[in-house]
Amino acid sequence: MSIFSYLLPKKKNTAGVAKERLQIIVAHERTLRGGPDYLPQLHQELLAVVRKYVNVDADAVNVQLDHNEGIDVLEMNITLGDEATN
Amino acid sequence: MTKVVVVASGKGGVGKTTTSAAIATGLALRGFKTAVIDFDVGLRNLDLIMGCERRVVYDIVNVINGDANLRQTLIKDKRTDNLYILPASQTRDKDALTMEGVGRVIEELSDMGMEYIICDSPAGIEKGALTAAYFADEAIVVTNPEVSSVRDSDRILGILASKTKRAEEGKGELPARLLLSRYSAERVEKGEMLSVEDVVEILAIPLLGVIPESEAVLNASNSGTPVTLDVDSDAGQAYLDATARFLGEELPLRFVTVTKKGFLGRLFGG
Ligand SMILES: Nc1ncnc2c1ncn2[C@@H]1O[C@H](COP(=O)(O)OP(=O)(O)O)[C@@H](O)[C@H]1O
Ligand SMILES: [Mg+2]
Repeated sequence: MSIFSYLLPKKKNTAGVAKERLQIIVAHERTLRGGPDYLPQLHQELLAVVRKYVNVDADAVNVQLDHNEGIDVLEMNITLGDEATN
Repeated sequence: MTKVVVVASGKGGVGKTTTSAAIATGLALRGFKTAVIDFDVGLRNLDLIMGCERRVVYDIVNVINGDANLRQTLIKDKRTDNLYILPASQTRDKDALTMEGVGRVIEELSDMGMEYIICDSPAGIEKGALTAAYFADEAIVVTNPEVSSVRDSDRILGILASKTKRAEEGKGELPARLLLSRYSAERVEKGEMLSVEDVVEILAIPLLGVIPESEAVLNASNSGTPVTLDVDSDAGQAYLDATARFLGEELPLRFVTVTKKGFLGRLFGG
């Protein structure tokens, strides 16, 4: 640790970081809740297939089941970030 | 009418047993005939917290298997009137606690005139926790202001919403209220701990109370006295408040702000 750290004004607010991280993960897990049991595995396998071709983070693949006017819609989103497209 | 209340959390070690003992005692002090059931099969501990460990002869699995009847098995609390303890079994066979058997025990407790049945859930989201929650009319979710506890509470809320008898019978989601425990107003003020507002916002359920991190809890467990009986302690008072809110009273939150130390306190305090 550098001597200058003593001169730094304030420690960062870790509670704020905790809250932000929780809001994201809890929202994500709620989308899976009540869905069919195969969703998590479908997500894993999709991710594995995508990763054969492009190096993406785990949150790049998003699978969600929606109900739309009496029809079940399985929605998949795959986001390729900047680093992944090189 | 009997109300069955499950004390749940998902994560272990957050204060479910402490809370079950404290709230059950609080309800009994208010004159309600109350039974508190330990569902932690293989890891019986409620008896120690209630201070009746030497009086355990039979347990809930004995009742379910017909080795003993409920009256022989229930332990009547020596300090608090109206309070009864049903110990967990120390068997390692987790399947000993059948859903059907638990249903019979709860019905029989209800026939005995119990007004509240508090179910102290084991940790996890497996069979034990599901059995403790299945017959509940209401839930108290115990959470610590810490990331893994909050996330696990949200998971258990999802399970409570769908996997109870009530939900299966189409009577709607189980009403669940938050008990935020081991709270340190000092650390919240320093930005080191999630605040009660933060946790309520994330879990989005009504707040039953905030229990401060307190030395009184260990002292109470050392002596086998539910902390509610330590009426001079912060945790004891917080549990009495939570009990009152549980019964529908509106009380302001206590122990959520830093008490300013006086001049001498600042001089000599830590
Ligand atoms: N408000 C509190 N302040 C300080 N320690 C606490 C508090 N609540 C619980 N504890 C301690 O935390 C530990 C776990 O509590 P317990 O009630 O056994 O949790 P659980 O039943 O959820 O596993 C115990 O050692 C207990 O004394
Ligand atoms: Mg416990």
